[in-house]
Amino acid sequence: MLTLSHVTKVFNPGTVNARKALDDVSLEVPDGDFISIIGANGAGKSTLLGAIAGVFFTDGGSITLDGQDVTLAPSHKRAKVIGQLFQDPMRGSAPGMTIEENLALAAGRGGWLAHISKADRADFRDRLAVLGMGLEDRMQQSVGLLSGGQRQALTLLMATVNPPKLLLLDEHTAALDPATAEKVLALTKETVEANRLTCLMVTHNMQSALDLGNRTLMMDRGRIVYDVRDEKRAGLQVGDLLALFREASGRALDNDRMLLT
Amino acid sequence: MASILQTALELGLITSLTVLALFLSYSMLNVCDLSTDGCFTLGAAVGAVVAIAGHPYLSVLAAMCAGVMSGLVTALLQTRLGVDSLLAGIIVNTGLYSVNIAVMGGSSLLNMNKTETVFTRLRGALDGTVLAGAYKSVAALLAVALVIVFLALFLRTRLGLAIRATGNNPDMVRSSSIDPAFTTIVGLCVANAFTALSGCLLAQAQKSVSIDLGSGMVTIALASLLIGRGISDRGSIPLRAVCAVLGALIFRFVYAVALRFNMPAFMLKLVSSVIVIVAISGPYLKSRCPELHRRLTHERALAQGKEAR
Repeated sequence: MLTLSHVTKVFNPGTVNARKALDDVSLEVPDGDFISIIGANGAGKSTLLGAIAGVFFTDGGSITLDGQDVTLAPSHKRAKVIGQLFQDPMRGSAPGMTIEENLALAAGRGGWLAHISKADRADFRDRLAVLGMGLEDRMQQSVGLLSGGQRQALTLLMATVNPPKLLLLDEHTAALDPATAEKVLALTKETVEANRLTCLMVTHNMQSALDLGNRTLMMDRGRIVYDVRDEKRAGLQVGDLLALFREASGRALDNDRMLLT
Repeated sequence: MASILQTALELGLITSLTVLALFLSYSMLNVCDLSTDGCFTLGAAVGAVVAIAGHPYLSVLAAMCAGVMSGLVTALLQTRLGVDSLLAGIIVNTGLYSVNIAVMGGSSLLNMNKTETVFTRLRGALDGTVLAGAYKSVAALLAVALVIVFLALFLRTRLGLAIRATGNNPDMVRSSSIDPAFTTIVGLCVANAFTALSGCLLAQAQKSVSIDLGSGMVTIALASLLIGRGISDRGSIPLRAVCAVLGALIFRFVYAVALRFNMPAFMLKLVSSVIVIVAISGPYLKSRCPELHRRLTHERALAQGKEAR
């Protein structure tokens, strides 16, 4: 269970560029929720995920995860229970190291002086095979040789090799070509279901925002303006979302990318 | 000539320990550690003082510990106190000048002519065997082999992998629940232990320490490292480490031969600077070639177009 209460974040405080990226945001995420988050550019979607992951510290409010206050925990400490994927597929893996070494680091088995064991190798092989990309036969190759889609799939595997309490996806398929994006999205769905992960996914794709998960949040100007789940959400169409946005924010959604995709 | 080559071999092997230190800090951790010069002299000074006090074996250990401390300061400056990594190295390097003179008891020169060192001990042990004449090279080779084996094993551990990833993608280290500041600290401590070991052995091999023993060492070691990279850029860690050592040897041999052809000895540092420039700028300039070609052909096409009109 993730709880945010009255979280605020101002970027560039005290300057003419000061911007309230998160404006008194409160949110409860019960275990097992798969939430899609939509909103125009600059609405605070990525900032929300960043605040949860600890990429920066918030200015006010508190964040608790499973009853533990993590408001001021550094990001590498939170990473023990939070997995994260970004839009940039290069961001999640080390290009100069092999697939196997990347996975070993993500798995973090044993103490500081532990080596990759035969059992680890067999386990990584099985997990890579599930991706269906032939990576299990390339474990000794450096990650820099992989395509964007392969790297994002590997990052997904790395983020979930120790199933986290929370998986944060920040438009993680937006930089991939449509076919690859679909494949990575399907893998995401499988992984989340298989591990019963709690998941927050930012997307610009209204259709996949409605197709995936059980709950949808709409953000605008640093606030959560609409929160819909389960039965009520089941009947929604993309057109309904656009109308809801107009109603909630008092203006039309001015983002072509959102309308077109 | 044979004795010149043997000296080159000894020098090459001893300074290759500094090259291996840079292999860890520069190639793996992606930190250009400019405290190398001062740390090299620190190892030499501490090693000399302890050896003169009558502890030849302890001197090596003491020098390495001093190196760890120096690396720790450099690392803390850049990870915890917000000092830029290049600046942190320069600051520590400057500070070490005073520290080194203090270690040498206020003098800028120490003599070890009658001092028992690891080299004199080994010479005693090898007396009468075929290797007796090459005792310095044997000692240095032993140290190099130990450091390579250590690096090969260390960089395969979880900590070693994390250090490599820190230089490659710190974001990924964080998402693996490891603090990149911690891996930077460990990496710089280990690297500087090798730099100090290198300085300690050089001082004991030439039986003296002067305060400027390490000056220019970072450039010389970088030149060697980049020559080694020229031999093999890819491949396993042990292979790349061996290539770094070969780079140091090649550098020293070429330098020794150049000396034979009457190049003045003071040219060493200029040569090492030029090698570093060529090794770093070469690939960059090469990558600019297509653009240059495009410019030329474009201008030619424009000129022809004018003529046609």
